[in-house]
Amino acid sequence: MRLDEQTRPDFPVLERIVNGHPLVYLDSGASSQKPRSVIEAMNRYYERSHANVHRSIHTLGEEATELYEVARDAVQRFIGAASREEVVFTRGTTDGLGLIAETIGRTLARGDEIVVTELEHHSNLIPWQLVARDRGAQLKAVPVLADGTLDMAALDRLITPRTRVVAFTHVSNVLGTITPVAEIVRRARAVDALSVVDGAQAAPHLRLDMSVLGCDFYVFSAHKMLGPTGIGVMYGRRAVLDSLEPGRGGSEMIKEVWIDRAQWNDLPWRFEPGTPPIAEAVGLTAAIEYLEKLGMERVGEHERVLTRQTLEGLARIPGVTVYGPPVSVDRGAVVAFAVEGLHPHDVAALLDAEGIAVRAGHHCAMPLMRRLGVVGTSRATFSVFNSPDEVSRLLAAVAGLRSAL
Amino acid sequence: MPSAASGVYSDVIRERWRKPRHRGEVPGANAVAEDVNPLCGDRVRMMLTVGADGRVERAGFVGDSCAICTASADVVSDLVVGRPRAEAAALDVADVLNVLQSEIRPTRMRCVTLPLSVLGQALNASRRA
Repeated sequence: MRLDEQTRPDFPVLERIVNGHPLVYLDSGASSQKPRSVIEAMNRYYERSHANVHRSIHTLGEEATELYEVARDAVQRFIGAASREEVVFTRGTTDGLGLIAETIGRTLARGDEIVVTELEHHSNLIPWQLVARDRGAQLKAVPVLADGTLDMAALDRLITPRTRVVAFTHVSNVLGTITPVAEIVRRARAVDALSVVDGAQAAPHLRLDMSVLGCDFYVFSAHKMLGPTGIGVMYGRRAVLDSLEPGRGGSEMIKEVWIDRAQWNDLPWRFEPGTPPIAEAVGLTAAIEYLEKLGMERVGEHERVLTRQTLEGLARIPGVTVYGPPVSVDRGAVVAFAVEGLHPHDVAALLDAEGIAVRAGHHCAMPLMRRLGVVGTSRATFSVFNSPDEVSRLLAAVAGLRSAL
Repeated sequence: MPSAASGVYSDVIRERWRKPRHRGEVPGANAVAEDVNPLCGDRVRMMLTVGADGRVERAGFVGDSCAICTASADVVSDLVVGRPRAEAAALDVADVLNVLQSEIRPTRMRCVTLPLSVLGQALNASRRA
């Protein structure tokens, strides 16, 4: 059975009719839809077990704490982290990257260097701009080559003994480019720089193994991988987390407090101030269990087939430009394209009239848009529930667009 | 073959997108401003010549913009020509929507209002100059 035939009944939203057509949801790269098991797990939690975690000495508090910490174990297993202490919950990828930038930022001095890439989502660029400005550090960007891959020769030149941080995406949210994480991590470590990986577009599609990637930090969101909004994961290598002061303060992250000082809590709670997103953690566990049951290899293969079908189909439509690596190169479940003579927002509006949801605009990657020489693009992204028929509907609709305006 | 999508925009928007009347540089413009829509990155520059009598004599626009934004900029240019500065500055979104004859969803309303806000900036800048 094809993966979508198995999964589609699990996604209630797919029953929707949008503008007179069955919904074709091709915007999981922005936020994926949720299977019934995720929705029901969160409902069950709120209906039966909700309380605050960790310091509630009553039955519901104990249940909530247990559910919250079970989510940490699920994440540890899902990403191949060496220990549960390396899994820190955040509010999402942006929050996690901001937390890392603030935390590492405090250790930076004037003249230190931060290396990012032109592929970055604004969430992995702006926090570093702020840190660089505050600390007098220098921000450098690895260029993107014409085929959508990183200029690795330039990376070698840009990483110097003054480099303290190399922050880069695992999968481009526009081009789908998969970056050579382990290789970049190796080059960063050669100069004792910390490596920070934005995994927002990778976690839903690739089997992750921190012991293979070797990075110091890896960040992603639940809501792009069938889970709820409002929770994300910051993986941090134990030795690095141990060496860092907490970036943000509040309750939960302390052991003992005096007016003028405090003793920090153990990992991972040291980096989790305040009441955490508990129901969202419950939803994340359900999302991980759902993906594990399907198997990430099978998920990845299904999305590769859809991506290839889209790339090959769009290439046959006159006036359509496709961005990113060629079909022969493995990429994430992302296809950005342009239709000659049409603005991306008009493409999205016209496709929506046929029930097809795609993203359009700069995709929070303005420096990359500038490199591509466009204001924005239209973007189709895929998940476990998308079918080859849906891709065919997209292709037919795109073929008819130029006569529509 | 017209697809189901062709009914998304009004005939006015489609016509103004295909053949805008005021797209292009305005030589000698003395009231100029440019801005972007942070949601989509669209960029519009409005250029006006305001005569000694304070009336807008010519208006035009350039930029990277979608059909709605382009049509709005074209309509705004149409509406300001011949008006005294204060009257031009008082144009509002209802005036533009009235001409566009299209239902605009909340997510696209910024596409309509960007040229209006750029118009306001252009008139303000010229008053200060």
